[in-house]
Amino acid sequence: MSTPTTHTDEFIKGLWRDNPVFIQVLGMCPALAVSNTAMNALTMGLATSFVLLMSGLSVSALARFIPREARIVCYICIIASFVTTVDYAIMAISLELHKSLGAFISLIVVNCLILGRSEAFASKNSMGRAAADALGMGVGFTAALLSIGMVREILGAGTLFNVELFPEGYQTWTVMVLPSGGFFAMAVWLLVVNAIKQRQETAARLKEEAS
Amino acid sequence: MSDVSHWSIFINAALINNFVLAYFLGICPFFGVSSKVETAIRMGGAVCFVMLVASVCAFSINKILIWIDAPYLRLISYILVIASTVQLVEMILRKLSPGTFRALGIFLPLITTNCAILGLALFQTNKGYGFSQCVVYALGAGVGFTIALVLMAGVREKLELAEVPDLAKGTAVALIVAGILSMGFMGFAGLGA
Repeated sequence: MSTPTTHTDEFIKGLWRDNPVFIQVLGMCPALAVSNTAMNALTMGLATSFVLLMSGLSVSALARFIPREARIVCYICIIASFVTTVDYAIMAISLELHKSLGAFISLIVVNCLILGRSEAFASKNSMGRAAADALGMGVGFTAALLSIGMVREILGAGTLFNVELFPEGYQTWTVMVLPSGGFFAMAVWLLVVNAIKQRQETAARLKEEAS
Repeated sequence: MSDVSHWSIFINAALINNFVLAYFLGICPFFGVSSKVETAIRMGGAVCFVMLVASVCAFSINKILIWIDAPYLRLISYILVIASTVQLVEMILRKLSPGTFRALGIFLPLITTNCAILGLALFQTNKGYGFSQCVVYALGAGVGFTIALVLMAGVREKLELAEVPDLAKGTAVALIVAGILSMGFMGFAGLGA
């Protein structure tokens, strides 16, 4: 990046320009697997954000002490410790939620997003920047997960956060809560995002030509 | 130790609960390496092998952790052992078949951060499988992964020739294809006991 960026910039970029799910297409595994209801999606998003923030802070703080050759292993160790914490915390808060998310909480460890941000950003930047970046990415990730989860729950079960939305007799699209629904919902969101991006680019080009 | 027959474990892991199409595990390599059938087969082979080794490792680690009464170390020790195993495979491959090594390129180290491998280790622990059941489960999962990857690669090779709207090019169309494949695999649901 050529121009110096502020903490706010680092935060904002995760929301849209570098949105982890829709633009970078990272962390797809949880985005598809646990987005069958909005509640699962929200929990997963928050848990991932927490791990993202904590590991970003730790990696940034410890970057000087971690030898280059062994850095990935060290990052994974740091991430795994926080994931274990989150895993036990969710189990303590709601056993039911823990059951419905299953092994996918533990699988946050291998979410490419977290390792990617640790390696590409946190290890090279100060703690403040790393925290801003991690928070932005976390919010972007949660928003993406929630948008997929909401579409799937509304269409697949006719509810949102377990609240009935439709009058009796609504025919649910069962396919949306099944695995293939995850792929479809994500594909449609990608189309929407691509369309918006294309429009912005065309608008920017027209503006440049006009000036 | 659960008393499910080996055959049904295999079918379950390979087809009914296919790791890629039903559990969404290993999606990154699934979209990354699935543009050519040949590469997909090699990748599938590598994943199968790593899965087998990881499964055996995870089984022994779990036994040790139960013995020393430290189940909270499970995640960290699983991932470290699996990561070192992948490094080992990488070194062996580089020595034995440089061609394959170059073809798989960046994706071999990525098997380490492949959720399919860690997912396998966690699932087999949760299900309480015995040793031989673990091995069969790993084989089934590996075969299922390869099937999904090769099917996807076949479709994408044809897709290169098709006219896809600009908007849908790349990931979006691949996701739709994966969704349809996943619907196809739902047909296997009746097979299991």
